Amino acid sequence: MTATALERAERRKAWAFALPALLWTGFFFLVPFAYMAAISLWTRQGREIVATWTLDNYIAFFEKAHLFKGLVVSLEITAIVTVISIVLAYPLAWIIAERVPKTWQRFALIMAILPFWTSYVVRSYSWLLVLSKGGVVNQALLWLGVIAEPLELSANRTGTVIGFVHFFVMLLTLTIYANLIQLSPNYRRAAADLGANAFQTFWHVVLPLTLPGVMVGAFLTFVLCIGDYITPQILGGNNELVLPQVIMLQLGRRADFPMAAAMSLVLMAIVTLAYIACARWLKMERT
Amino acid sequence: MRHLTTALAATYAGLLYLFIFLPVIVLVLFSFQDGTLPVPPLNGLTLRWYEAIFADGKLMAALGNSLIVAILSSAVACILGFLAAYAFARYTLPASGLLRGLIVAPMTVSTLIIGLGLLSVLNLTGMRLSLLTVGIGHVVINLPLCFAIIYASMGGHQVNIERAARDLGAKDWQVTLLVTAPMLAPSILAAFFLSVTFSWDEFIVAFLLSRFDVTLPVEIWSMLRSGLDPRTNAIGSVVFLVSVAFLIIMELAVFRKTGKSS
Amino acid sequence: MTADVSIRNATKVFGAFRALDDVSLDIAAGEFIVLLGPSGCGKTTLLSILGGFIEPTSGTIAIGGRDMTHVSPAKRPTTTMFQDYALFPHMCLRDNVGFGLRMRGMGKAERYEKAFSYLDLVGLKASSAKKPHELSGGQRQRVALARALAVDPDVLLLDEPLGALDLKLRRQMQDELKAIQKRVGTTFVHVTHDQEEAMAIADRIVVMNKGRIEDVGTPASIYMRPRSLFSAGFMGEVNLLPAKVRGTAANETEVETALGRVALPASAFVSGMPATGHDVTLCIRPEHFRSANTATPTISLGRGRITDSAFFGTHHRCHVAADGLALTAHLPQTEAPEVGAELDLRLKADSIVVLQAGAGVGP
Repeated sequence: MTATALERAERRKAWAFALPALLWTGFFFLVPFAYMAAISLWTRQGREIVATWTLDNYIAFFEKAHLFKGLVVSLEITAIVTVISIVLAYPLAWIIAERVPKTWQRFALIMAILPFWTSYVVRSYSWLLVLSKGGVVNQALLWLGVIAEPLELSANRTGTVIGFVHFFVMLLTLTIYANLIQLSPNYRRAAADLGANAFQTFWHVVLPLTLPGVMVGAFLTFVLCIGDYITPQILGGNNELVLPQVIMLQLGRRADFPMAAAMSLVLMAIVTLAYIACARWLKMERT
Repeated sequence: MRHLTTALAATYAGLLYLFIFLPVIVLVLFSFQDGTLPVPPLNGLTLRWYEAIFADGKLMAALGNSLIVAILSSAVACILGFLAAYAFARYTLPASGLLRGLIVAPMTVSTLIIGLGLLSVLNLTGMRLSLLTVGIGHVVINLPLCFAIIYASMGGHQVNIERAARDLGAKDWQVTLLVTAPMLAPSILAAFFLSVTFSWDEFIVAFLLSRFDVTLPVEIWSMLRSGLDPRTNAIGSVVFLVSVAFLIIMELAVFRKTGKSS
Repeated sequence: MTADVSIRNATKVFGAFRALDDVSLDIAAGEFIVLLGPSGCGKTTLLSILGGFIEPTSGTIAIGGRDMTHVSPAKRPTTTMFQDYALFPHMCLRDNVGFGLRMRGMGKAERYEKAFSYLDLVGLKASSAKKPHELSGGQRQRVALARALAVDPDVLLLDEPLGALDLKLRRQMQDELKAIQKRVGTTFVHVTHDQEEAMAIADRIVVMNKGRIEDVGTPASIYMRPRSLFSAGFMGEVNLLPAKVRGTAANETEVETALGRVALPASAFVSGMPATGHDVTLCIRPEHFRSANTATPTISLGRGRITDSAFFGTHHRCHVAADGLALTAHLPQTEAPEVGAELDLRLKADSIVVLQAGAGVGP
């Protein structure tokens, strides 16, 4: 079947519209990405990158404890943060969707995510003000006589987790609320009509129906959390480095670009695996 | 029973709102601290830290740089995103699923990787790091977002509206300029504003791809090296207020409009 | 303005699907034509080809004697009124209606004046500053009509414009559409799948099925003298009675059915006179079984028994069993048919239409 003149003209127009974005993504994303993948298979000699193909960087990453530990710490912190954030955010989203009058819901939601709009760097810094030894929490607890010595709330894992949870509680409240509000009220009416009490309705009907949305939020949390450098750098101290910090360290102090590239790709592989797992789970839910 | 659950709900929500707002409140409150440490006790209120930051040439330059990069990179991302969304929504391209996947791919990759990749290629080409390279990186990050938002708002019913315009004699550019773009204005604006806020706040790419002229997050980052400092509180509060003002404008301009026409 | 339309051997192939299969049709200037058929019959494809939104794979389109086959929609003397109205959501009614004139470079004052006059035509002048989302479905439909007519097209193409309206409003809009067409004199080509709508507004109906034209004619001729089984069935309920041609004498032809032998006038054979021994199908509208007590010459198909009956307002719809055949009869509303009662299956000879078996029906 030969295309008519009209169809050929349409196709030319389509390419003209799509090409700028495709070229931009190609030049400034795909090419750099491919180049970085190549670098990860090269080696560093002194400050020079030498194009000899080898898997040494990857092997070194899995063999050297101080490098590999970054991945373990990252995974642990991400898992803790994701679970705590969901557990805290779901009830808040539910309260906003179910207990706050309709006209105030949008306001309640905007308030719940307002600190989202502080600068990322500033947000972590302000947690430092709250959690440091002389910070608001320790001062308040000391003044109340609850503790005699300041608690170690920052410059360790606790600080990183609190900083992360703060951010992701806001994000998850938003996504879970969006899910709850989309549910047809008829599900709840039907469940109540068939004799379920409020808890049974929630447990057997509302929660399962919102689980896919929670899962998407959890995936988002996972991806953003495991790739973040700022929060652990400001709140986590120097004793326990997460993977992005280890990567930046290779780059900065050691100028080992091939090693940094290899570790970045490992990070990306983990995100991809999480994505595949999440997508399969969602697919299973739907069928 | 009903009262009890309501009270529980109110308490829970109150505690969580406190958790969410605590750092912001502390940040703003101690930006007025009459002393050099932004931690309790509060010695008194002063505006001198605000005077200090507005007198700080480097900081103000970084603020200006951030605005320029955010607005220009978002404009480019929106235009490219709009054109691509138009192509994929209105025409059939070969392997369109794959090509769409390519455009949104940067959204799934951490900004650290995008930044490192661009840095390595820029090193290779010998291009000097500047605000331009930061802007290029921000377009890479924001293009998928703009594309996705605008693409999602292009429904099948708009095809007939564009057909009608063409049928009534409009040329291609007239259809795009007089019909498609104004019709999609709410989503284009939403994409632009969201993109501006992301670019305004972005750190990693800006940190990796800049050298002498830096954006505000990078400048604040270097201020942090000196530890707790009320000047950081002051600039942080200013950034927060600007963002909230922006949010209110967005809420009024974009969402009111879409709410009305639906 | 107005113009005639001539479609010659138009064919449109999408991949392996023949949406339009060698269609030829002549439309007179000022005519109100309705393309009628089920979804997928090719009626919308034909309309899109007339409007220039798709090009035919082969064949030609001429409007007002000029070849339009490869002319873009903007340069054709046609405008389309879309099924979903396709009003510009960000423009007020005045700007919507004036859009085509603006594209033609008409100045603001003149354009507004003309837009107002067309809004007046459809009774919406007072709402000219409103946006489309402030209007009801019927009002939007009127604006779409005004916008399409404002550029003074030779031919107006209407793509199921009444489909989204409820029944009552649809009837009202049908009357309005017809009245406006008479006033402006433009050739209207209207697509629908609703045969009642077609009969309500058309000068001529074009029945389409599977990419082909099944039948063309006035509403009365298509209903009373359908030229294909599909056309007969699509226009309304019909009893199809298989029969075999037994012989021709004088101006009558005798056919044998399961309900006995019947002599039919030559005029009943609308799709040509079949040879003796051929299979044919008798098409009988249910409301034609009403001639039992009239004095005009009638044909008898014996007697049947009413097995079921329901009142439809304008008539009683009865299922009738006759010699193992199930027939449907519409009896006058004044009668009171009872289940189990016998019915004299008698009808006027000229109300029967005979089609050659397989005529017009695809495989």
